[in-house]
Amino acid sequence: MNSNLAGHSLQPNFQDSPSSSSKEKRTWVKVVLIVVAIAYLSLILFIPAVNVFVQAFKQGVGPFLNNLTEPHFVHAVNLTLLIALIVVPVNTIFGLCAAWVIARNQFRGRTFLISLLDIPFAVSPVVAGLMIVLLYGRNGWFGPLLQAVNIKILFATPAMVLASSFITLPFVAREVIPVLEEAGSEQEEAAKTLGANDWQVFWRVTLPNISWGLLYGVILTNARVMGEFGAVSVVSGNIAGKTQTLPLFVEEAYKQYQTQAAFSAAVLLAGLAFVTLVLKEILERKTKIKEVE
Amino acid sequence: MSVSVHPASTPAWKNYLYQVGKLSWPWRITLGYLTVMLILPVSALILKASTESPINFWRIATTPVALATYDVTFVTSLIAAAINGVFGFLIAWVLVRYDFPLKRFVEAAIDLPFALPTSVAGLTLATVYSENGWIGSLLAPLGIKVAFTRLGVGVAMLFISLPFVVRTLQPVMQQMEKEIEEASWSLGASQWQTFWRVVLPPLMPALLTGVALGFARAVGEYGSVVIVASNVPFKDLIASVLIIQRLEQYDYSGATVIGVVLLGISLLILLAINLIQAWGRRYEL
Repeated sequence: MNSNLAGHSLQPNFQDSPSSSSKEKRTWVKVVLIVVAIAYLSLILFIPAVNVFVQAFKQGVGPFLNNLTEPHFVHAVNLTLLIALIVVPVNTIFGLCAAWVIARNQFRGRTFLISLLDIPFAVSPVVAGLMIVLLYGRNGWFGPLLQAVNIKILFATPAMVLASSFITLPFVAREVIPVLEEAGSEQEEAAKTLGANDWQVFWRVTLPNISWGLLYGVILTNARVMGEFGAVSVVSGNIAGKTQTLPLFVEEAYKQYQTQAAFSAAVLLAGLAFVTLVLKEILERKTKIKEVE
Repeated sequence: MSVSVHPASTPAWKNYLYQVGKLSWPWRITLGYLTVMLILPVSALILKASTESPINFWRIATTPVALATYDVTFVTSLIAAAINGVFGFLIAWVLVRYDFPLKRFVEAAIDLPFALPTSVAGLTLATVYSENGWIGSLLAPLGIKVAFTRLGVGVAMLFISLPFVVRTLQPVMQQMEKEIEEASWSLGASQWQTFWRVVLPPLMPALLTGVALGFARAVGEYGSVVIVASNVPFKDLIASVLIIQRLEQYDYSGATVIGVVLLGISLLILLAINLIQAWGRRYEL
């Protein structure tokens, strides 16, 4: 409405035309459209989201807190954090390198490299898990070798780390590439001609320019790693108290008819989702403000 | 790869190694990590599948159970993506054009399916749409069962593919100039005509991209669907779950063949999205 008024004030010639009946019709259309949109969102999104919290606290805070101290649950939280602690830094370093390679260089196969980076987005998480089974499983390519040196990858933490890394491979690079392209390379070149070495250029010039985009990519990576279910469930073996992450705990508890426990864990993951969304909003606003300046 | 004209003086592989040795660290990390994490697993899948003879591959890929899962996976995804195309368009339109209470909140909540772990989504959808759930209990008297049926699979796919259409349309809608519509009205076009002839055509590439992205995500979705469905073959079993069932029976060939079919279709959708985007860029010019 407000933008509408502003548009009209710039073009006074339009002012006289819309009759009161067509204006009425337009507000009527507006109200219907908003109501339909909110109704659809409620059915698919809002009601299910609210339901998570209502179910978790249905019997009060006591049972909820009890569930949170259960040993299998605590183990699931620790394992989820451990995997995130490994995957997020590794994928951040890779993402930065890949973004630099793609944004700062012209070479043959560049488009191919970008498409390659998109594969984890397109592949079903189950297929991603299957790939890791085919590589590191007993009948896989590296299976005999791993067995000979007595290293267990499949159905253990390493495979879960690999699966999570595969799924979140593109996130950082995807967020950093556009920011890097927009920032341009003039400042970096200037720093270089003034005698800065590569590290100095990266820390003092490149990183400050891309920091918000980078942070955004890291947060998305973290949220996906902690919430990943499909790929991890294929390679983990899903043993409670051993190879069970928080999302796997949710499914397992639900299947065992421990709905209360399932929803208690779900609240924690939903909380993570809300924190992610809030940070995302803040970072989006930061990057937008920068663009306007 | 390139059949070079260079004579035997420097062999191609030596040349290649020399090139790799000259690369800087970001290059080495990128190529190394991509090889280990991405190219190696994908090759393992494809090579494992290629050990099957083509006839055998076809036989495994088209067993009645497999065909039924394709039907559930692809047809349901397509329907879900199409429904989200309509409602996503509406939501994007409402968010770009109108002001209403709590708009900022709604705006931020659209991304919830990106952030919420799929197992949580499946858990809460199964509860809300079950026969004694908040929405399911309203539908039950009408004879509509959602949770643990194919309809539930559809609802889960609606949930996880919702943001794609909204998020691809919003920026394009924001750039669209309102004056063109007003000109169309002042020239006597009805609202409907204005929508079909003036508003929709420039938004078409973005809309198609969003629908295709949502479709791709729905085809690959596992976590929310496996919880909200009963996973019974020929009823609501999706292809991803069939892969897991095959793996649990140590039927690696079966799992691999269906995995390759899924991978191939995902890559085709990816290609289609790139083509639509290229078409959209041409439209801009």
